[in-house]
Parts: sequence; structure tokens; C-alpha cells
Amino acid sequence: MSDRSERDQKPEAVRRYEFAKSTRRTFISRLGMAGLLATTARVTTAFGQSSVKEQSGSAESKDAIPVTLTVNGKKHNLRIDPRTSLLDCLREHLHLTGSKKGCDHGQCGACTVHVNGKRQLSCLAFAALHEGDEITTIEGIGQPEKMHPMQAAFVETDAYQCGYCTSGQIMSAVALLKEPCGADDAEVKEFMSGNICRCGAYQNIVAAIQKVREGAKPQKVG
Amino acid sequence: MKAFQLTRPKDSAQAIATAGKTKTAQQGADIRFIAGGTTLIDLMKLNVEQPQNLVDVNRLPLDKIEATSDGGLMIGATVRNSELAWHPLVRKNYRVLSEAILSGATVQIRNMATTAGNLLQRTRCVYFRDTAMPCNKREPGSGCGAINGFNRNLAILGTSEQCIATNPSDMNVAMAALEATVHLRGAKGERAIPIGDFHVLPGDTPQRETVLEPGDLITHVTLPPPAPGNRSLYLKLRDRMSYEFALASAAVVITAANGKITRARIAMGGVGTKPWRSTEAEGELTNQQATQAVFQKAAEAALRGAKPQSQNGFKVELAKRCLVHALKLVTQPA
Repeated sequence: MSDRSERDQKPEAVRRYEFAKSTRRTFISRLGMAGLLATTARVTTAFGQSSVKEQSGSAESKDAIPVTLTVNGKKHNLRIDPRTSLLDCLREHLHLTGSKKGCDHGQCGACTVHVNGKRQLSCLAFAALHEGDEITTIEGIGQPEKMHPMQAAFVETDAYQCGYCTSGQIMSAVALLKEPCGADDAEVKEFMSGNICRCGAYQNIVAAIQKVREGAKPQKVG
Repeated sequence: MKAFQLTRPKDSAQAIATAGKTKTAQQGADIRFIAGGTTLIDLMKLNVEQPQNLVDVNRLPLDKIEATSDGGLMIGATVRNSELAWHPLVRKNYRVLSEAILSGATVQIRNMATTAGNLLQRTRCVYFRDTAMPCNKREPGSGCGAINGFNRNLAILGTSEQCIATNPSDMNVAMAALEATVHLRGAKGERAIPIGDFHVLPGDTPQRETVLEPGDLITHVTLPPPAPGNRSLYLKLRDRMSYEFALASAAVVITAANGKITRARIAMGGVGTKPWRSTEAEGELTNQQATQAVFQKAAEAALRGAKPQSQNGFKVELAKRCLVHALKLVTQPA
């Protein structure tokens, strides 16, 4: 966390984001490391050291093929196993961890990204099939210092609780602005039905979208 | 997931030649075409499908929608479901198709899924999707877990002793009512197959779902010109209002004048092992007045051969009411 004078100059939304980043992210990665160490110890005991290597995301598969991907306007030359989903490629190879893995079977929407401007599920896609496509992730939509209006609206209407589904929700919500979605809440809910929120923040998600669509200053509901 | 080789063919001929080496184009194919991937990748993650070679057809020039010279419509194999559903000619002339597609899945999935992929969409039967369970479709001869098992959402029409899996597609039901033709290109040249003949009943070979042979590439689907003065509609009944498969659905294309039906095309979804065209229902409607009693007779005719299982007996009545209500809505004065 930055010092007080810098904090005071930042808008509430940015401070909330940074708070989340510096606590939840570090907390989870520490937890993940502890989990990995625990697993490694167990695997080593049971099967010897050879199993440990498979847990490294950076190890190249013997079946790897060259793939060029354009993500958030930047070209990446990669060597990946053809089985690599677009989601795993974004997260594990490009370290763009904003897109989340929920169900990994196209049922929850947490992995939603834009492909050539249209929203798709990155878990039901092989990265190698997306050469030449323009891929946009939540990181390409906005950043803490320059949020997309939809991101700001989500913060201001309290459109999330745990936040796990949020990047997928926002990717869908941003795409929805250009889709033939009717004006009323029922239409918005239908267009957003591919994004599940287990915390049940649906009411405020709809409010955030409607606020952006109306071009009004977002206000907290309820 | 099993490792596979990815082939990027430069044209359709190369795609067909590569895929022609598969031992089957049906369940268990060792070479498969891949487009949107929304069914295939899901099943590969479950190890239900284990192709050794995937042939990417996304870059082939099969993604156009064009009016045909006879006033019908040509729909490319890799046209995405969203694009098809919102196309002006589809909204204007084939309303039932637009409504059917938009009632299925979600925006994200419809932005990926293709015309040909939707034609080949696989069943949601839980026994098919779980390799620990018996399933004659996935593993011929292993038995059917669904008969006397969890069969609430499975078929009541076109079933066999071997398989009661439902065809889950909404698009296919509308295509059946619109009398679409599926166009293939394969080792032996081109073929045009009426959609009613494209999917096959499970019988004793539920692993075989279509007439596709090794190397057959679906290039496009054609729709005949819209029947003059017709109105069409897709009604889907399900457990949730969105993002759920049909328990029963009806695609109806009706031409009526002065309250009398002159032409009827009826297909049902959620109840059949294939998209279920009902010429029996059509026969009860043609040249009859558009009344509740006539609609009821048509519904009775459509479900006459229904064979309910232990948990899905409710579908017989649900499907009848679905068809009656769809007919009522479509014949209401505008």
C-alpha cells in the first residue's frame, strides 16, 4: 500500500482496487505456494521426484507447436501444446490472470474474453485455433488508473462480492453495449445469463450495466 | 485430454483428404473437423471424444450467408449461431430459426458455435458424458444407464432398447420445420441431404447419429423460399428461463387464411432422439380451422408413439401443451 499522501489523491475505486491487489492477490499466491509445497512433499514421498516437474507451468510439452497470438494489441510468439486452452494460455503462458477458470466446461462465463470484438469462452477454445485473431482480456479493457466506465460502474454499484466472476461479468457487460440487447432489465438478464455469480450480486450487476447504458453517473442501489 | 495433432488445411479438398483417413466419422472418430469447439472441446476434456487429429475448418471460406436464386437462403457451415440468428433475412423470412437459436445456450457460446457444429451437437445424457458409466452410444455393447436410471430429461420419441438420448439442439428443430437441406462434400463428391434424413434413429447402433461418412465435410445448409404468407414461431419449455436445454419445444410454420390453415410444418425438440418432424400433426392441421380442438388433435397425433421412461412421463403431456400453445400463439390475429 502506498503512503498516505498518494492515497488521498486517488479516487475511492482505485484505492479499493489496490487494496484488493495488495492483500487478496498476495494472500492467494502465498496460499497457492504453500499448497504447492505441501503437494510436492506428498508427491515426492509417494512417487519420487519425477512427478514434481509436471507441476511447473513453464515446462514445454514434447508436442509443442509454434503459435502467434495477438492479445490486447500485443503480438506473442509462443510454443504451446495444441491442447492448451485459450484460457490456460492467457493465464499460464502470458500471465494475464484476470480471466478466471471457474468450471472449465463453458458453463459459468468466468473465462469470458473478446475475440475480434465478440465475447467468447476462452476455456472452450484451443489457443492454437486463434492465430490472427484480436484477443482482448480484462487487462485490455481498463487499468486501475484508467478504468473502463463499466469497471467503474461495477465498483460504484457494488456489483460483486468475492470478485471471482467479475472480470467475466465485465467482459460480457462491455460486449453487451454493442449487442442488440433491449432496454429493460429482463433483456439484460437474458443477455447476461452466461455469467454465473455464486455470491448472487445479480441485481447490482444489472444496475451497473443499466447505469452505463443510460450514460448516467452510477449510484449504489438498495 | 489425450494429445492430438492439429492440421490447418489450405482448402476444403485438403481438409476432406485428411479427414477421409478416419475409421469413422461417428462416435470415437480418430480424426475430427473442429470449428467453434463448444461441443467437441467439452467432450475431449471429459475423454468422451479422443481424436488423434483435429482438422481446423475455421479458415475455410464456408462462412457466408447468401440469398439463393430461388428466393431461399444459403447458410455456410462455419457461420456463427449469433450471426445467423440476427441476420436480417433470417429475422424477416425465417423467424422460427432466429428464435430457436436465440433460445439456446448463451451469447458467448452462440458467438462461437457454428451451423455445422450445431447440426452435430451431441446429447446431454449424463451417462454419455461420464466415462465411468455404461452407454451404448459412447461404448457400444456396454448397456444403457439411462433406461431405469436418471432419464427425466431424455427422449420419449424415436427411442430404442439401446438408447434414449435426446438430441439437444434448438436450431435443428427449426431447420426440420423449415425443411432445410444439408450439403456435404466428400471423397465421392457432393451430396444434398434433406435434414429429416441427415440424423438417424439410434436403433441398435446409437453410436451412429448421422449419415456422415469419413471425410464428409458439411459445406452449407440451404433453406427453401419462405412459404408465402406464413407465420412461424419457436416455443421452448424448460426448467430455467435461460441457458437451459428444452424439456419440450415446438417449431411451427403455419400459413392460414380466414381462420383456415392451408399449410403446416411442425417439429418438436427435447422429446426425440433426433429433431422430431411430425407429419402426423401436420396432417391433422392442414385444411382445418385454427381452433383449440384441432390443435389438440394435432398434439395427440404428434405424441401418439411416445414411450415414456421411469422419470419422464410428464413430457408426454408437456409436449402436447407446448405444441397446442405454440399453434395458438402463431395463429392469433397480429
